Amino acid sequence: MRPTSGSPLPDAAAAVCVLFILLVPFAGAGLALINTGLGRARSAAHLMMSSLCAISIAALVYFVCGFAWQGYAGGPAHVLAMGGKSWNWIGAQPLFLRHIGLNGSPASLVVLLGMMGSALAALIPLGSGADRWRLSATCASTALLAGLTYPIFAHWAWGGGWLAQLGENYGLGRGFVDAGGSGTIQVVGGFTALSIAWIVGPRHGKYTAEGVPTAIPGHNSSYVVLGCLLTMAGWWGLNSAGAVLFTGAAPGEAVLVAINTLLCASASALMAAVITGVRFGKPDVSLTANGWIGGLAASSAACIFARPPEAAAIGMVAGALTTLSVEWFELRMRVDDPGGAVSAHAMAGIWGLLATGLIARVPPAGLNATGEAPGQWLAQVVGVATLVGFVLPLTYGVNWLLNRFFPQRVAPEGERQGMDLHELGAGAYPDFMTHGDEFSPH
Amino acid sequence: MKFLGFLLLVAGWGIVLTALVLLAEAAPRAAFVAAGIGVEILGLVLVIRAHLAPRGEYK
Repeated sequence: MRPTSGSPLPDAAAAVCVLFILLVPFAGAGLALINTGLGRARSAAHLMMSSLCAISIAALVYFVCGFAWQGYAGGPAHVLAMGGKSWNWIGAQPLFLRHIGLNGSPASLVVLLGMMGSALAALIPLGSGADRWRLSATCASTALLAGLTYPIFAHWAWGGGWLAQLGENYGLGRGFVDAGGSGTIQVVGGFTALSIAWIVGPRHGKYTAEGVPTAIPGHNSSYVVLGCLLTMAGWWGLNSAGAVLFTGAAPGEAVLVAINTLLCASASALMAAVITGVRFGKPDVSLTANGWIGGLAASSAACIFARPPEAAAIGMVAGALTTLSVEWFELRMRVDDPGGAVSAHAMAGIWGLLATGLIARVPPAGLNATGEAPGQWLAQVVGVATLVGFVLPLTYGVNWLLNRFFPQRVAPEGERQGMDLHELGAGAYPDFMTHGDEFSPH
Repeated sequence: MKFLGFLLLVAGWGIVLTALVLLAEAAPRAAFVAAGIGVEILGLVLVIRAHLAPRGEYK
């Protein structure tokens, strides 16, 4: 085991990278506001409190054991030999960040970005569990996410793991690439959101006895739109830092990353607004916001590989996909996801990963003599298959087990009363408390 | 049905990994990866159906 943390970056590059990473909390603040705005008024304080607790738990658990299993490219790891190739399965760093020089070395920057990334992933399931997911269960589930699910996939994609090795081992382009975390953060968080929505079930009153969904609109669309604006700054930092740390991009290329990120989110949001405007007569704020987040989630994987027109195209597809899948999950799958987390993060993230293999430019290091990167699309497909075939069962399994011993859903009385009063003893808006009663018989 | 669905998800992923390890040529490898994804989709369908409560059980 090497007690090293890599060669320090040039001071200017390290400083710029730290600045990029310090923008990421804006994404967390934005997601918290979006989730709160799309939930009920009587659970608003609870959702913001859950967001704060989820960030705190994720940071602490990642510090204790998350980074030890995630590791960094070139760091100590457990390796298996299969078919004559070495498969790097999991990091083997010491616990509690021991032997990591927190001095601007690449490893220390990976620690900082990983801590922020795990916190961001932990915020995503709050959108799908809104209005009925207990605070203590949220904390326990977050610990499992930050200590197990997230680090394992992050090691495979970002820590020099077997997905990243697909290029050198099997000639699949540069191996699985995910610069800003479309898979590592968005799909991992989105699949956890889907698992939570399945495990806690729909809110009372969401579906009639015949299974027909009823509308429970979000309580504050201004929060939602403000949250969208905040996430933009956060994603600029997230994608730029990821591009520098995981693809070897120069800090100056953050300009391309920022342009691609903005174009992707803008095209996605506008596509969602147009689709809802055409279908419902007027553009829908919450679905447009979901489209914006879907565009950001899709932008992350290809942010450094795509040209701006390609980024806009990825965003247009992400907007349509997010908008239609929100409806599909609610109507067909009967998944009650108040924040649209599954569609905006998991579905759009998967699209971003596939789009990276389909249309995005691969940097010169991955090109062969003909200017193509053979097998890049297959590497991306293998990554998506791993998310669906490994991460989804894992995150569902650990949350299902948790639910067996520690029920995640609040008691019916708590849901009727509102999560604020039931779990916190005070509401977010004590001066005015009005709500319709969705519990009356339909 | 839920358990079987998750089992198929993992099995599909296993087929994808096996294709990488055992097959060297691009076309058969891609075909087996596609087969693995097909098994995963089948598993997803089962998991989704297992989570659809029968009509009349919502409240």
